[in-house]
Amino acid sequence: MSQARLERRAAMATLLEGRSDDLLVVPGLGSTAWDLAATGDNDRNFYLWGAMGGAAMIGLGLALAQPQRRVAVITGDGELLMGMGSLATIGIQRPANLAVIVFDNGVYGETGMQPSHTQSGVNLLSVAGACGIDLCLDVHDAAGLADLAERLKTFTTTLFARVLIEASEPPRVLPLRDGVALKQRFRAALGAN
Amino acid sequence: MNAQAANWPDRLFNTFKRAGIRQVGYVPDAGHARLIDRCRADPKIRDVVLTTEEEGVALAAGAWLGGERSAILMQSSGLGNCINMLSLTRSCRFPLLMLITMRGEWEEFNPWQEPMGSIVEPVLKLCEAEIYRARKPDEVEGLAESAVQLAFGDERIAAVLLSQELIGKKVWTK
Repeated sequence: MSQARLERRAAMATLLEGRSDDLLVVPGLGSTAWDLAATGDNDRNFYLWGAMGGAAMIGLGLALAQPQRRVAVITGDGELLMGMGSLATIGIQRPANLAVIVFDNGVYGETGMQPSHTQSGVNLLSVAGACGIDLCLDVHDAAGLADLAERLKTFTTTLFARVLIEASEPPRVLPLRDGVALKQRFRAALGAN
Repeated sequence: MNAQAANWPDRLFNTFKRAGIRQVGYVPDAGHARLIDRCRADPKIRDVVLTTEEEGVALAAGAWLGGERSAILMQSSGLGNCINMLSLTRSCRFPLLMLITMRGEWEEFNPWQEPMGSIVEPVLKLCEAEIYRARKPDEVEGLAESAVQLAFGDERIAAVLLSQELIGKKVWTK
């Protein structure tokens, strides 16, 4: 399969360009966390250093608790595959302010580029649609990415997007890893403390 | 068991309301059936049915990040599904209120419930959870109140274990 793919750091930067204070971002552990950190640190990022399979559900709890803000979970295919049931859970809750975006490169980048299920035909876009998420976007070029970036500022229905990215490994940009500090600053930024 | 004693799920629900619980995650469970029904009927509580209990651990973390209190309901076998996700809870010191109905410990017909049921308490201790074991109906509410205080006051894991005697025997043949 030869399909166009996007470069991950540029894709993350495009999605978050001109980001509003009302956008809360939860990346998965590993590459998407480094990609997010590379766009610049923000108190409204909740970086994960573990909890594999949990990013989408953290996003759901957060979106339900903060209906006046938008929440973007931006995670990898391996991370989402581990919590694929959470797409079913989100599919029946459907909070209007939750976006789940998967950076799908078909490999487990942190562990040595072993192939993930998506490389062999598992289609997370179809899974999300089958789970009842109405707005599912297939993003694999600059125009699609620009459209998704715009929608992230305005969406009013649960959104899922699969962004096809290259299997590259840019230098790590490591964010804060003290979980208590990450939690406290996030809550403080929201006025939740 | 008289009517007053049998209404412990309603009293647990009242504890939820007093504590300001706004999200309740659960995998359906017969022992929690009444409490689940009460949560589903309350417009101020978002009931979130899960495909596996570990989703509830992550849900609770997200809820707290957003300033809401939550609880998760499961049976003893479900605790086993949560173990690695509890690293999130512990690394970030998230509050976590767990209500666990016990299987495999009293009049259990199904031997497959015993292996996980028998290790619930040691596993919770290893995870630095505080355990509140309720054996009698009139203990449930007071223990749940204490668990709420510890979970949200100290930002820790508080697990209320609802003994199998409270739930009653599962009927296997009708």
